[in-house]
Amino acid sequence: MSGHDKVPVDETLEGAVVFNVPFPSDLKGLDQMAPIIIKHPYYVDYIHSYGQDSPFFAGLANKRLMGTKCTACGHAFATPRKACMECGAECAWVELPQQARVHAFTVCHFGSEEFLPDCPFVLAQVEFEGFDTLFLTRIQGLDPTAPSLDWIGMKVGARFRRLSRLKPTDVWFEPL
Amino acid sequence: MRPVYVLSGGVSKFAKARPDKTFQAIVKEAFDASIADLGLEPRQAIELLDGSVASYFSDHFQRQLMSGIMAQDYLGLVPKPSHRVEGGGATGGLCFQEGWKSVASGDMDVCIAYGFETMSHVQTWKGNEFIALASDVSFDYPVGGFYSGYYAMMVTRHMKEFGTTVEQMATVSVKNHRNALYNPYAQKRMALTVEDVRKSPMVAWPLTRLDICTMSDGAAAVWLASEEGLARVEKATGKRLPRVKVAGIGRGTDAMRMADRPHVDYETFYRKYALPIEDTDEGRAYYRDLWNKGFRYPGVHSFRAGRTASAQACKRAGIADPMAELDFVELHDAYTSSEIQTYEDMGLCRYGEGGPLAIDGRTFLPGIDYGLTLSKPSTTPVNPSGGLIACGHPVGATGLMQAVFALWQLQHTIPQHFGDTRLQVPNARRGAIHSHAGTGTYVSVSILEREDGGAA
Ligand SMILES: [Zn+2]
Repeated sequence: MSGHDKVPVDETLEGAVVFNVPFPSDLKGLDQMAPIIIKHPYYVDYIHSYGQDSPFFAGLANKRLMGTKCTACGHAFATPRKACMECGAECAWVELPQQARVHAFTVCHFGSEEFLPDCPFVLAQVEFEGFDTLFLTRIQGLDPTAPSLDWIGMKVGARFRRLSRLKPTDVWFEPL
Repeated sequence: MRPVYVLSGGVSKFAKARPDKTFQAIVKEAFDASIADLGLEPRQAIELLDGSVASYFSDHFQRQLMSGIMAQDYLGLVPKPSHRVEGGGATGGLCFQEGWKSVASGDMDVCIAYGFETMSHVQTWKGNEFIALASDVSFDYPVGGFYSGYYAMMVTRHMKEFGTTVEQMATVSVKNHRNALYNPYAQKRMALTVEDVRKSPMVAWPLTRLDICTMSDGAAAVWLASEEGLARVEKATGKRLPRVKVAGIGRGTDAMRMADRPHVDYETFYRKYALPIEDTDEGRAYYRDLWNKGFRYPGVHSFRAGRTASAQACKRAGIADPMAELDFVELHDAYTSSEIQTYEDMGLCRYGEGGPLAIDGRTFLPGIDYGLTLSKPSTTPVNPSGGLIACGHPVGATGLMQAVFALWQLQHTIPQHFGDTRLQVPNARRGAIHSHAGTGTYVSVSILEREDGGAA
């Protein structure tokens, strides 16, 4: 390449984050160098199919709560699953009652980044008459600053978002 | 299956963040410590090892797929066989058992199980989000995905069923943080009171920040070998190693969504889940009474996977009464509540007796002043190292860290490794390690036993 001029690199400030990174004149000093830490964004839109569980979310959009029931052993799942965990047979869609009881709960004062703006909120497992398993939901209308074990067993009723977002938070429960 | 011995182990310093090194170099720290403990040079270790098993939990935390092979090549172990193991919080415990399988099956004579996690790559609340992705993303995560919230729900039910109290939970935190005062590897070494734990910020009622383990960067490594492998290593080191054998392993699973867990009747409990020690007239009367009061099993208050894992490991190790026959237990106390629940799952006491056991003194070390009034003498210290709550929980390393601490207990080398005698369980001959994922989805229990003399 000798005899040719260097090709000029057309650099802009785009992507530049730091200028003049220190470097020791004696290479032995490199082992004492403080770690260089950079920020690296990582965003992604997932294409998530609800698959065989889709009717549950269609139910929420229509203010109906759907569970499943095993066609062989009759085990009734308040959170739907199409394959029975007890016997392996197929489950059929059935409608849940819209009243439940609090089975277990907590008040989240912190949370994952996505839910921090919602804190504090009451998270609960609720139980339904005639169903063998539970359902995870939020409870509105309870004072999050005064939690009590007496909330367990409390009767609650389902409320639905008017404009569905096709998320399990389209439904929540409130004391009856 | 051939007998499998645990020869050596190493642990990196667990810290909130280790920006000074990339994950491979942190694994190398643990690897080098395990080699130095044998009195070998890395070159000799590489020659002795037939292969490895690598463990780390989260590809999200790493933002680097195939991290296992990057550790393998950094350690100089290529082209030897290896694979990566993942099973949520139980990742490290499963890795230990995969190492055991590699040796017990005859596939390898000397195997190293190493694991790591670097959780400081994101901020705490984003980290909680990553961890919560280990819950059903259709039904659970969007409702308020937060593991501390999940465990808090489970314990409110435990409190309702059995009368377990927040003070009993806080006492677990006091015990484990106090033990960690004498463990230089631990991340949080604190002398706390029950009041300190209760006054610390509420995270998910009734669990406070001091009821919950923290995120960490760290690594751990454990050597496993057959009799032939042990002879090969001893030839290289020129010294006889203490005979610490894996006496039995067990694993269990349960549904990812805790909502799906069954609520079985008394007969089913006795047919499928009761331990031999519970199958007495008195035991049956105790449980009959619980069922009469409306108790159902496992519900969301108990970990069925922990029960079945422990029952399998104990059966294989010939243990009928874990509390009487285990000298110590290192168990997965990601939450103070889960330590109490795990006492019951492992049969250290019956279901419903975990709260009282947490405060009566039997799970404490004998030579430490906890600032508490304990009614019974120490019998089976639980988390003498400080557990996850105080040591930290770099997920893929955690179960292996437990194996290393258990090995040192059985070698009676805790004083050398910790520079303090107080955490050495006197005359330790048999101990269990327990690793636990999700809301009790994968659980592994491994029992380690000292074979030769080895008086303390
Ligand atoms: Zn069925």
